[in-house]
Amino acid sequence: MGYELKFSRYNECSILIEWPAVMDENILKDILNFKKSIQNYNIKLVIEVINTYNSLLIIYDSTIDDVYSEISRLKSLKIEAGTIEHTSSRLWRIPVCYDDDFGIDLEAFSKEKQLSKGEVIKLHSSAIYTIFFIGFLPGFLYLGGLDEKLHLDRKSTPNLDIKKGSVGIGGKQTGIYPKNSPGGWHIIGKTPVDFFNAKSSLPCVFNAGDKLQFFGISKTEFLDLEQDIKNNQFQLTPELYA
Amino acid sequence: MLSILQSGFFSTVQDLGRVGYRDKGVPVSGAMDLYSAQFANALLGNAKDAALIEMTMLGGKFQFLEPTVIAVSGAFMNPTLNRDAVLQNKLIKIQPDDVLYFGGAEKGFRTYLAVKNGFKTETILGSRSMYPSVTTQSIINRGDCLQYEPFNVTESAFSKVKYDDTHLESGVLDVFKGLDFDMLSENQKQQLFSKVFSVSKNNSRMAYQLEPVLDNNLEPILSSPVLPGTVQLTPGGTLIILMRDCQTTGGYPRVLQLTESAINILAQNFSANTINFRLKE
Repeated sequence: MGYELKFSRYNECSILIEWPAVMDENILKDILNFKKSIQNYNIKLVIEVINTYNSLLIIYDSTIDDVYSEISRLKSLKIEAGTIEHTSSRLWRIPVCYDDDFGIDLEAFSKEKQLSKGEVIKLHSSAIYTIFFIGFLPGFLYLGGLDEKLHLDRKSTPNLDIKKGSVGIGGKQTGIYPKNSPGGWHIIGKTPVDFFNAKSSLPCVFNAGDKLQFFGISKTEFLDLEQDIKNNQFQLTPELYA
Repeated sequence: MLSILQSGFFSTVQDLGRVGYRDKGVPVSGAMDLYSAQFANALLGNAKDAALIEMTMLGGKFQFLEPTVIAVSGAFMNPTLNRDAVLQNKLIKIQPDDVLYFGGAEKGFRTYLAVKNGFKTETILGSRSMYPSVTTQSIINRGDCLQYEPFNVTESAFSKVKYDDTHLESGVLDVFKGLDFDMLSENQKQQLFSKVFSVSKNNSRMAYQLEPVLDNNLEPILSSPVLPGTVQLTPGGTLIILMRDCQTTGGYPRVLQLTESAINILAQNFSANTINFRLKE
């Protein structure tokens, strides 16, 4: 089944395709399938293809001379690409220490939500999240799938210095701060895993469409893992998620 | 090697930017006024992606340790070489120990210093453009040394290309309708094109905020792709024009989109300068 798509010129060098404006995994699959076929088809001069929840931005390396013919080319490519169902994806398991030392807002968050800390941790770490896209900061994942019981508006006063690796909840989203940064999310834990490393040829190992699950670790395990990561003794590897 | 005796107000190394990592959330960066930057590189016969120094508002003081040839383009900052005035947009021959000095910007806001074959600073993810958390250094500091290849000028080259300096003092920004333009009321659309706006103090390589605010009751949109030159309208009615270091996605309605040349024009504007939008087509 097909979605109604809107093709528009974004600027001289790019075209934006929009799907219905909702967060939906089937839409994401359709977007990523099309993204792949644009990249495979190797349209000359396409230098970047970026997706969000409901958009695909195609950036060319120079001015598009004839936007209308380029759009009709993309439209036929979309028909060719069809709607192949992705049957499997990668699952990343991310260690998080929910200790009060790291989850500085966990206590207040649990009270606010009238749940025990254990219940918050269980709800947060049992869900399997979908990476919709990466944006906002280098290596910041937009995750879908946070349990409704954990939805809570952002803090009215942002915290000026949230530490790199902090795991937080803001509104309907959960996420990981890839670097020290100000932010208004409720911080419930911290991961020692690097989400962005500019010095690596693969600066962020995660892709849109991947799955992610958190699992709790103790403070000792956190510190050991942090040391291993520092010494390059740890590599995050994904599992197959059918 | 170029020795930084004074860094100026805010100076960075820039090239065409970091292409290919926006789907990992990495901004594209690159010279704010690409027209001037590319002009300076073209004068020198450099590759398009040769790295140069971008100075903002107040220039720096630099000492060259090897012979080379340079070009200065963009905002006029009264450049002097060993205390003698030198021309912008012309080739300047450099001898070892020459000292190049820039003052405050008199016309425009950003000046480019290009050297033959470019500065050989750290390349990260395919670009030398400085950006916090991506490159080791996010700004040029006094005492830094930037490498370049020594170059002996053998023949004098003439350039027939003329630098168009009208863009240094222009406030007219050519725009396309933004992706979310149709969310605007007729009144808002009319205001966008009839009002004269001024650049607020909040202007940087990431974004320029404009004053005054517009009446607005638009809700945020689902986070969507944005590009340099995207004009966003916040729930509070502030117009924000994203620039080269902008985030890759945003959640405010995208009401207008600057043309590439309008981005270069805006890059030469600063606080209190007035601007207006002109719809293309």
